Amino acid sequence: MSAPGAGRFHGPFQGPSHGRLQPAAFSSARREFLQAGGALVVGFTLPTTALAQLQPNSDVALGKTLDLNQVDGFIAVNANGTVSIFSGKVDLGQGLRIAIPQMAAEELGIGIDRIAMIEGDTALTPDQGATGGSSGIMRGGVQIRQAAATAREALIGMVATRANQPADEFDTADGEVRLKTGGAGIPFRDVITKMSGDTHFLLKVDPKVKLRNPASYTVVGKSIPRPDIPGKVTGTHTYVHDFKLPGMLHARVVRPPSVGATLVAVDEKSIKGIPGARVVRIGSLLGVVAPNEWDAMSAARMLKAQWTEAASLIGTAAVRDWLRAGPFEKDEVLVSKGDAKAVLTGSTKVKAEFFWPLQSHGSMGPSCAVADVRNGKATIWSASQATHRFRETIAKALGMPREDVRVIYLDGSGCYGMNGHDDAAADAALLSKATARPVRVQWSRQDELGWDPKGPPQLLALEGAVGDDGKISAWRTEMWLSKSTASLPNMPLLALDAAGIAQVPGITTGLISQNGDPPYAVPHQDVLVHWLSTSPLRPSNIRAPGKVGNCFAVESFTDMLAASAKKDPVDFRLQGLSDPRATEVIRRAAALISWQSRPSPSPSAATGATASGRGFAYMHYKHNESYVAMAMEVDVDRATGAIRVRRVACAHDCGLVINPDALKQQIEGQILQTLSRTLYEDVAFDASRVTSVDWASYPIMRFPEVPEILIDLVVRPHEPPLGAGEAASTPVPAALANAIYDATGGRVTTVPFTRERVRASLA
Amino acid sequence: MPIYTLQVNGQARSVDVRDPQEPLLYVLRNALSLTGAKYGCGLGQCGACTVIIDNEAVRSCMLPVAKATGRKITTVEGLGTPAKPHPLQAAFISASAAQCGYCVAGMVMTGAALLARKPNFTREDAQAALAGNLCRCGTHSRILQAMESAARKVPA
Repeated sequence: MSAPGAGRFHGPFQGPSHGRLQPAAFSSARREFLQAGGALVVGFTLPTTALAQLQPNSDVALGKTLDLNQVDGFIAVNANGTVSIFSGKVDLGQGLRIAIPQMAAEELGIGIDRIAMIEGDTALTPDQGATGGSSGIMRGGVQIRQAAATAREALIGMVATRANQPADEFDTADGEVRLKTGGAGIPFRDVITKMSGDTHFLLKVDPKVKLRNPASYTVVGKSIPRPDIPGKVTGTHTYVHDFKLPGMLHARVVRPPSVGATLVAVDEKSIKGIPGARVVRIGSLLGVVAPNEWDAMSAARMLKAQWTEAASLIGTAAVRDWLRAGPFEKDEVLVSKGDAKAVLTGSTKVKAEFFWPLQSHGSMGPSCAVADVRNGKATIWSASQATHRFRETIAKALGMPREDVRVIYLDGSGCYGMNGHDDAAADAALLSKATARPVRVQWSRQDELGWDPKGPPQLLALEGAVGDDGKISAWRTEMWLSKSTASLPNMPLLALDAAGIAQVPGITTGLISQNGDPPYAVPHQDVLVHWLSTSPLRPSNIRAPGKVGNCFAVESFTDMLAASAKKDPVDFRLQGLSDPRATEVIRRAAALISWQSRPSPSPSAATGATASGRGFAYMHYKHNESYVAMAMEVDVDRATGAIRVRRVACAHDCGLVINPDALKQQIEGQILQTLSRTLYEDVAFDASRVTSVDWASYPIMRFPEVPEILIDLVVRPHEPPLGAGEAASTPVPAALANAIYDATGGRVTTVPFTRERVRASLA
Repeated sequence: MPIYTLQVNGQARSVDVRDPQEPLLYVLRNALSLTGAKYGCGLGQCGACTVIIDNEAVRSCMLPVAKATGRKITTVEGLGTPAKPHPLQAAFISASAAQCGYCVAGMVMTGAALLARKPNFTREDAQAALAGNLCRCGTHSRILQAMESAARKVPA
């Protein structure tokens, strides 16, 4: 391997400018390439399928470059003509496993069926950052697209030079460089070997390389089926939960009875009836291992241990007051425009306060990981959304150089920020080190809902006014939010805390103060956040961090202002927007449900046992990413407060769409998941522990409640592709609250929208 | 250790099991390497572990292995393969009815039991049958679409 940056070919290749198409010259060049390829001795074979990630004890020092600036970091052309794509971004079920190969296939000019994507392996894939923040396509895919385009230009340039013909007379297709006029081409692999004298490109990614014209796309923009679905539907897809190693022990970690409790004593004899089971204790990290999984589970249940009890938590009922009371780190002014206070003082004010509770990721499969820490090397199979970041953390915890630690992504159960996957991986690593055996740790349902890091609570107080012109004249948002600790390397992990292994303290919540300001033209605005220095339970990013709660507040409040001005909610929004992409999604979402212009509440709001209404909400994600508008129809049973969502319509603009069906699936998922969060979810905890630890005490949406979903994708092939894994979550709660208001005239401002809260809003 | 003989996917399989209370799920996943059924809650609340036993959708996380002997057990692997999927699996594949897919084998097994019992079921039947199967990614619409399409393909 060459050193990073030592690529032998830089910049665009210039074919000779003279001469017309000379088939004879190209044929001769072609022969030359093919001969060179035939003589090549392959010294380094890259895995051709993602199954390579399942091979245990692979050498950490595989020698493949992980350089983000090298084409070889991302792309390898294998001896059989297939292409391996090395992606630091992983497929969590959101479809990157098809979308990123589509982007690469399009630029490279090779069939998608000849591309395999290897994901999130610290020994093979470049560190493209965590898979989160809707960055998979927008950043990860775009980086790989750039590498693929660089590769294409180089391959063409090389052939053009040898053939002594202009580069623009060539293109790539089916894994070959060909004359645009047709005829036999030269396989990529043969060009590369001639080009670099090696099997590698040895080429820097050209940040300015010309991408294909979207008008010519044949792969991007097509709903190509995801490759993982057949395996998932037939039970043959390998999740980290299914992964086994020879000699592997099954482990369960016995979590303390209360948050902050420490282990005093363990009665190891209490499990002596279970053959092969034994206790592993590292400080207060208490594990039980056994060759048989049920034996490990039984032993964990039977084990007698004595803990100090702790009562350090504030309890669910106190969360709202706690947000107001602190402890605070600082206040931060996010927007200050005009003189909102003065304008509001002289106006008829509308005021409201909105609350978002703590929520769990609620992954269907409790977290699981497998670790093999032996002989000074560690390999960890994890559903981590950030294998490179986790590698640093776990190497420190194990006291090993990072070079000796390899973290390999395997699919987990759906995770939308950070569930217990990194915790389980740390559990497995420490227990494997302690037992010198490969160890699989499987969390229980109670572990997952009890101990997964939680989405933090949010409180927002808003006030505003509408001027004589019927437009919003002034707006103030005051937010109470938990602040992410600056430069925190990793969320503190349970196992490390329990084992007494030092880690940087702090919390991570994501960029949770975004979109707390209105997306509409408002001349006088103040947005202020009171940053809390901690959170009631260990927090983590959860899908569209903060922006679901913020949009709930901002877009509910926008509706309240529209109602105060007796304006139609859609018209009221449109008058405050000038961006044509914003108005387009709003018009399209309204059209999807044949929205009738009139103010809310509905004229029939005060009558009937079942009240029906429609609501609207809009989001420009982070003010610079996707545009989403959502309309919703609901029925409300006035007597019980029961809500039935009938239809949800979403218009979505994320620029270039890579795979429309996969995108629709993401949007559907965000709508249903966020309806669940809005209608049902609130983590219950007392002074010592989380008490909502199963699906009865932490209910989520079920099939009978599923509404009809209508989606309209705005396709803009000439715009950059934007993230689409979060934005469509954000307007859901406000669209629902606004529909309930339209139906009943009652305003629900606290999530979840329980029957009691809906009934109270009618009073 | 007691040896139990199970009828799994049309084959007799003998397994050594120390504890007759060990749920079928762990025997399938570990001793028999049939990992399609997933552990989700161990409480019968989520349906990820669903298998079909004597034509009924059963939560394998709650069924002691001793009570599974002598009964006809079908797991998702026995229903069909990627090359030769069961019609319901084919419908799930056509509808791309999985995101993370952790719950989907349980959905397929619950759906297959419904299909066998009532080949021309309605959307409401499917919603009722799947009411005890949870999905977190929000794939419900596509799962229902797949179910309806499989029901339509069955002649009345």
